[in-house]
Amino acid sequence: MNNKLVEIKNLSVSYDQNTVLEQANLDILPNDFLGVIGPNGGGKTTLIKALLGLVKPESGSVKFHIPLKKVGYLPQINQIDKRFPITVIDVVRSGKTGSQSFSLFSKKQDDIKYAEQLIEEMGISGIKNKAIGELSGGQMQRVFLCRSLMNNPQLLILDEPGTYVDSQFESELYEKLKELNNQMAILLVSHDVGTISYYVKTIACVNRQVHYHPSNVISTEQLTSYNCPLQIITHGDIPHTVLSQHENHDHHHGHTH
Amino acid sequence: MIITMATLIELFSYDFFMHAFWASLFAAISCGIVGTYIVSRRIVFVSGGITHASFGGIGIGYFLGWNPLVGAAIFAVLSGLGIQLFTQKAKVREDSSIAIWWSLGMAIGIIFIYLTPGYAPNLMSYLFGSVLTVSVTELWLMGTLSLVLTLFFILFYRLILYVAFDEEFAKTTGLPVNLINYLLISLIAITIVLNIRVVGIILILSLLTLPQATANLFTRDFKRMMPLSVLFAFIGSFVGLLFSFYVDIPSGASIIFTLVLLFGLMKLAFFIRQNLTTRG
Repeated sequence: MNNKLVEIKNLSVSYDQNTVLEQANLDILPNDFLGVIGPNGGGKTTLIKALLGLVKPESGSVKFHIPLKKVGYLPQINQIDKRFPITVIDVVRSGKTGSQSFSLFSKKQDDIKYAEQLIEEMGISGIKNKAIGELSGGQMQRVFLCRSLMNNPQLLILDEPGTYVDSQFESELYEKLKELNNQMAILLVSHDVGTISYYVKTIACVNRQVHYHPSNVISTEQLTSYNCPLQIITHGDIPHTVLSQHENHDHHHGHTH
Repeated sequence: MIITMATLIELFSYDFFMHAFWASLFAAISCGIVGTYIVSRRIVFVSGGITHASFGGIGIGYFLGWNPLVGAAIFAVLSGLGIQLFTQKAKVREDSSIAIWWSLGMAIGIIFIYLTPGYAPNLMSYLFGSVLTVSVTELWLMGTLSLVLTLFFILFYRLILYVAFDEEFAKTTGLPVNLINYLLISLIAITIVLNIRVVGIILILSLLTLPQATANLFTRDFKRMMPLSVLFAFIGSFVGLLFSFYVDIPSGASIIFTLVLLFGLMKLAFFIRQNLTTRG
């Protein structure tokens, strides 16, 4: 497979002499559903921001083999001012890149139609003209998902989309992502390995360094060897595969050593 | 004293009153639009810093014998850009950076007014506003600013909205985020300076926030908030102007008082309506 979408090579990022990422390497392949996991403060968000060009790396490179505007992005929802006076349809339309008219009176039909179509597919047509401050966490997350899809991305990057939403919406969201994965590669950042491992195809552990794991099954031993200490939290109603196949095996090993 | 139609019409035949009328209209347009941006983006404190920093320019203006508003404009734009640069490049915390510019400007103003020989005329009108003494030149400047702002916010509405709402995301969609930020901070600075004569340095923040707070009771959509803020700002400044004229109190303070009253009454009306609907 040589048709990589993005190649991250020897990427190092520091904030005020604090190294957050060190010599990170990661390739994003077409059709991949990559779960990026790791402890809080381990550099997951920094990796994404460096990838998107929002953070300047100290060294290393990010090479795109697709146009940058074919990358959809859903940031962490707590970065957003929920009382900002903006309507749902305007938030979704703001995802559009490239030539467009910014005038107050311009009615670019293609953009509006596509935004409305996305909103409808997400099942939230009723709130199209509401201000974002009036939405529930789940509705808001859907709105930001619509925004990230405005350019028909080939790669969709989501930073902790499972926070601030109830567990039912969370599994709905992951099902939706699974469906979208037929058309685009997905990079999903989460601290909750247990939940996402059921949906992702591959895993990258980020804790200063990046370890790529080409499968969605990962054991605690592997996590430890990746220097990626994680608490595995699972909820009863969300299916998960992490540990389930390795648990006994791991115990056995633990005793023999 | 009772205001009748006849006395109102008579008022409009006075030049000074016509000037004050135009000044409050232009102040309403420029502050209504720019204030919506300031309030939405939560940069009221930045605007406070710019306002007070401009006093340094007024002091230097007096000292050099220039029109103090020229000095104020230079100081306002420089402090606006300075606050942003300090925060972004020098990594000074934003509130500290604002405080530095805020107090530095005031200090420079005080020093230069002290050094200016003799009495500083109109000093009070810069501090507390004096809408009845606005000159024709100032009116032209205010009118031009209102026109420029109206056109700018209409033509680049979505660009301004997207950058203001989610700056980081806007960067990923390739919008010129830094350019927009610097341009808008400069427009805020110019708006503040040209409206100092209406309500004064001490009170200008209220024209940039109170009408918007009132408008925000009616809508949570940026594009509706702008015209509504202009409307409330105009009602506040015109009614305040009449009130100050009849009761013979300073116009700046009278305008602010009217704006607060307008907000208070609307808020109360909304509160009562909400309680009635939840009970019934």
